[in-house]
Amino acid sequence: MKKLLNRYFGKAWLAVTFLFLYLPLFFMLVFSFNNTRQDAVFTGFSLRWYEALTRDTKIVDGFWLSVQVATAAGVASAVLATFAAFVLVRYRRFAGRTLFSGMVNAPLVMPEVVIGLSLLLLMVGVQNALGWPQRGMLTIVLGHMLLGMAYGTVVVQSRLLEMDRAIEEAAMDLGAKPFQVFFLVTLPNILQAVLAAYLLAFTLSFDDVVIAEFLSGPGVNTLPQVIFGYARRGINPTIYAAATLLIASVTLVVITYSVWVARQTRKREREIAAATRAELLALQAQ
Amino acid sequence: MAKLNLTLPGRRFVIGVPAVWLVLFFMLPFLILLYISFVDMGNDISPFKPIWDSETGLLKLKYENYYSIFQSSDGSGLFQTIYIEAYVRSIWYALCTAVLCLVIGYPFSYFIARSAPNLRPALLMMVMLPFWTSFLLRVYAWKGILADQGVLNQMLLALGLITEPMQMLYTDVSMLVGMTYVYLPFMVLPLYANLVKMDIRLLEAAYDLGASPFKAFWLVTVPLSKAGIIAGFMLVFIPCVGEFVIPSLLGGPENIMIGRVVWDEMFTSNNWPRASALAVVMIGLIVVPLAVYYHFTGDAAEVRR
Repeated sequence: MKKLLNRYFGKAWLAVTFLFLYLPLFFMLVFSFNNTRQDAVFTGFSLRWYEALTRDTKIVDGFWLSVQVATAAGVASAVLATFAAFVLVRYRRFAGRTLFSGMVNAPLVMPEVVIGLSLLLLMVGVQNALGWPQRGMLTIVLGHMLLGMAYGTVVVQSRLLEMDRAIEEAAMDLGAKPFQVFFLVTLPNILQAVLAAYLLAFTLSFDDVVIAEFLSGPGVNTLPQVIFGYARRGINPTIYAAATLLIASVTLVVITYSVWVARQTRKREREIAAATRAELLALQAQ
Repeated sequence: MAKLNLTLPGRRFVIGVPAVWLVLFFMLPFLILLYISFVDMGNDISPFKPIWDSETGLLKLKYENYYSIFQSSDGSGLFQTIYIEAYVRSIWYALCTAVLCLVIGYPFSYFIARSAPNLRPALLMMVMLPFWTSFLLRVYAWKGILADQGVLNQMLLALGLITEPMQMLYTDVSMLVGMTYVYLPFMVLPLYANLVKMDIRLLEAAYDLGASPFKAFWLVTVPLSKAGIIAGFMLVFIPCVGEFVIPSLLGGPENIMIGRVVWDEMFTSNNWPRASALAVVMIGLIVVPLAVYYHFTGDAAEVRR
């Protein structure tokens, strides 16, 4: 009885919840190909909303701005996250360590409204004092870096903790300078996590409305801001077309990344297995 | 054996880069926020002016902004302001969302953790995939599903369950559906991580001792997953308190949450000091459950050791 319940109830619960998770995605996919504005009835297949999308300059401009912002914020976040993770994992003791780790992690729990507001106050203050920077792309990137760095640090940190320090020490023993050790040994070892941090920061930036709304100037709108503006007004199938393209590209990136990770892991396992075998053979030969 | 110890300047550089960045862009803005929450609003167009050339001296703190949050303007009632209402509402919706996520997410994580080991990565990937696609768009899609002319209403009409479209959008229900939907993965991931590590032999022991499946679940599995439940609950509750986008798109005009209030004070009323004070109180609201959380996880970690 229990097994039966577990088997069918479990599968049903999984199925229904996955249905819930994928329902909006499926809905947008279907209705992006609808040939009328009608929301609830699929009246026929058409690509008109995709065509409308390419002609919508607000969306196209927002998209390019978002790509630039997310790329810049992603790269900068990944670099800073690597620094911060390295400090947290390798420097166990230094003055202000508690404060440091607090500052790294706080953006994870801070409401985005608060982050946006406080950064806006800073930007306005600096601008009043120095006449620079104008609110725009740069200020949005700075805001997104805060989020990207916090999430990225968690990712890089866990990889660094797993890493075997003996290989770094071996490199040191062989006479490598500290920064050589970092770029030739440490970085290749944690590259997968740094890339994951970059992807995470990119996605966070590409997805963020709140911080961008606080920090963008007039006429500077990222894609989420444009979509948010449309979404408040009503339903527009052009957005479904944009969503479908985004979902398709994200799926592609995520699948490519996980295939790459799986291949890397398998490669490493094979190398370890080969090394172990060689060692065993050497032992047998003795 | 050589240790990877950088020379002092090198070490200073490695710590300094992220530290300086965080001080400039996290600590400093927060201090400015705190500072502005203690000054008067300018009667100028620029809400900033009176702060910098204050004649009474820079450190004269004004408590009016905080006072006005807690005390209604005619002085009649303490804790009876629209701000307090918005705080209470935000906490209430965040609690409801966290409970809904737990109710849906616990069995979900449980069954993923108990599925065949080679299936688990794929199932987890399927949980993560919607999480990686724009949450704004997914919330937007719910608008199309729940609208009066939306898919759900049309389906119910076609099935003859209702005779005219139900008002689903812009209600508490639509907002909670949206929040539960978006935050479900935040509940599932820590719960899964916890449940997948559980020692199955403990359950077998409970059965051997004559416990019914329900009793075994309630007395063994649930207590063992306490850390996962608390982690998931916090991961949903905390961001939900400050949520801005989902209430704006799916919530009604009468259930305004605190994130929106801060926004309106800032950009509509142009009252920067009060917006700052509201934000500072909001941080306070989040620090309390966090402190409780660390208290609990601290204990849990000690027990495990």
